[in-house]
Amino acid sequence: MREINDKRVREVAEKARAIRRHIVTMLCAAGSGHTGGSLSASDIVACLYFWEMNLDPANPDWEDRDRFVLSKGHAAPVLYAALAERGFFPRELLMTLRKMGSPLQGHPDKRKLAGVEASTGSLGQGISWAVGMALAAKMDKKPYRVYAMVGDGELEEGMVWEASMAAAHYKLDNLVLFVDHNGLQIDGRISEVLSPEPIRDKFEAFGWRVMEIDGHYIPGIMEALNQARLLKGQPVAIIAATTKGKGCSFMEDRVEWHGVAPNREEMEKALAELV
Amino acid sequence: MKKQATREAYGKALLELGKKHQDIVVLDADLSKSTKTAEFARAFPERFINAGIAEQNLMGMSAGLAAAGKSVFASTFAVFATGRAFEQIRNSIAYADLDVKICATHAGITVGEDGASHQSVEDIALMRSIPGMCVVVPADGPSTAQLLEQLYHRKRPAYLRLGRMAVEQVYGEEQKLELGRGVELRTGAEASIFACGIMVDKALLAWELLKEKGISVSVVDMHTIKPLDQELVIKKAQETGAILTVEEHSIIGGLGSAICELLSEYCPVPVLRMGIRDEFGQSGSPQELLRHYGLEVEDIVQKVQKLLEIKLK
Repeated sequence: MREINDKRVREVAEKARAIRRHIVTMLCAAGSGHTGGSLSASDIVACLYFWEMNLDPANPDWEDRDRFVLSKGHAAPVLYAALAERGFFPRELLMTLRKMGSPLQGHPDKRKLAGVEASTGSLGQGISWAVGMALAAKMDKKPYRVYAMVGDGELEEGMVWEASMAAAHYKLDNLVLFVDHNGLQIDGRISEVLSPEPIRDKFEAFGWRVMEIDGHYIPGIMEALNQARLLKGQPVAIIAATTKGKGCSFMEDRVEWHGVAPNREEMEKALAELV
Repeated sequence: MKKQATREAYGKALLELGKKHQDIVVLDADLSKSTKTAEFARAFPERFINAGIAEQNLMGMSAGLAAAGKSVFASTFAVFATGRAFEQIRNSIAYADLDVKICATHAGITVGEDGASHQSVEDIALMRSIPGMCVVVPADGPSTAQLLEQLYHRKRPAYLRLGRMAVEQVYGEEQKLELGRGVELRTGAEASIFACGIMVDKALLAWELLKEKGISVSVVDMHTIKPLDQELVIKKAQETGAILTVEEHSIIGGLGSAICELLSEYCPVPVLRMGIRDEFGQSGSPQELLRHYGLEVEDIVQKVQKLLEIKLK
């Protein structure tokens, strides 16, 4: 069990802040993209890349590496920012997001960018990739673990539940799924568009171990990841209560920030808050 | 020679491949007895995954397994593999260029009594439209085994279309096939028949009848529809000046379309397409259905005669 101390929490929080600054900066440069859901996922992604996962940026295809699948692929900026901060590629590349010829595609393309484990973007598919990877690890008796993140709106995809059934059936205790539960999807509140609630009961009924945490409280995310390592025989779903647009007051919990990039003025306003 | 369905040959060949290659993983969607992956599952239970009746997750898990280094063979019925899970094949498997071979059985109308819901007549069109996807339709057991092994070594996304019904053997065990290269089984001067799958044997039988009538045609087994053996198609179009395509599939988007698309650009000659004409199948015995939809040996003979009339006009 890894010790959760102030120093480590501060380090990860600092990375989360750096990731958020990259997100608003690169989205502003791109002129389009998904800001709200990238910011809601930032603390969890920072914990994965700077606390939890065994990775070797110099050898991104290292067989025993842990894998992270961003099933909510539209939040690609949070993944790219974390990969850059972790040293998979130079930070300058972030500014090419969504530009012609860039390896930083609008949604992650594993063929184009080292460190990206799955080509996602079509919702519901990443969780199945993660299940496949976790199955491969079991088959090969490999120690690596697989992490995935879905959005709460993404839970409306039937495929998520096919994958969930399979993960529990095959007892994939090497799989941890985060639900980025920010409560918003493009057309409005998830509760109004098509409610996936009760999320906890659904995953439990499908045979998962479920934890509910605050997805912005870093020691809590760390603690959940520590606990998940100890659980055997079942996959683990961590339902993380988050705020869309977290860290930029004028974006927080506002549905209009789902698929919009900040303009220059908004970016500066955001950066002034992200210090 | 003994009749054998291509799905039977697939099951046996997969088992043999599994013995040789430890990286092979097979997935099925609760149809392993019908798709014949059950033989592999019995021999290598630790390398077989039943996805249950969940084709979308079947394809998604296949992507994840391939991304983790496995050579994946994913099987279910053609209509569900290519229709239900089309977008998973497109976005998770093909877009990421992963080593997943979608080996779908019960293609075409010869599924028979189960009827149109289970008779895939558009799967070739669907798979052919996906960038980079290889599309293979073997004619018999021995060619299924050979092409399957080549697909294993190719290590890229592929669609292998297999049938339910037992078919005559077209190839001897010693004949070598090559992925992407059509096989000129008969050579004749007046027209060329390009066929795939179960229609190859029927084309050969038609060749006999045509010969008796003094009509000389070539017969080509176009087992690989994508990438298309363009060189051979153009060569036969130039040599014989008329083409007949024959497939147990819609005339929209299949072998006939692929050949027309090529020839219209590089060597326009009269082409007639035989296949299902923009309609669904129905229940019936395979033989009754082939007769009803005009896919019998006699139909091929008549179509060739019609083609020659057009050619001579």
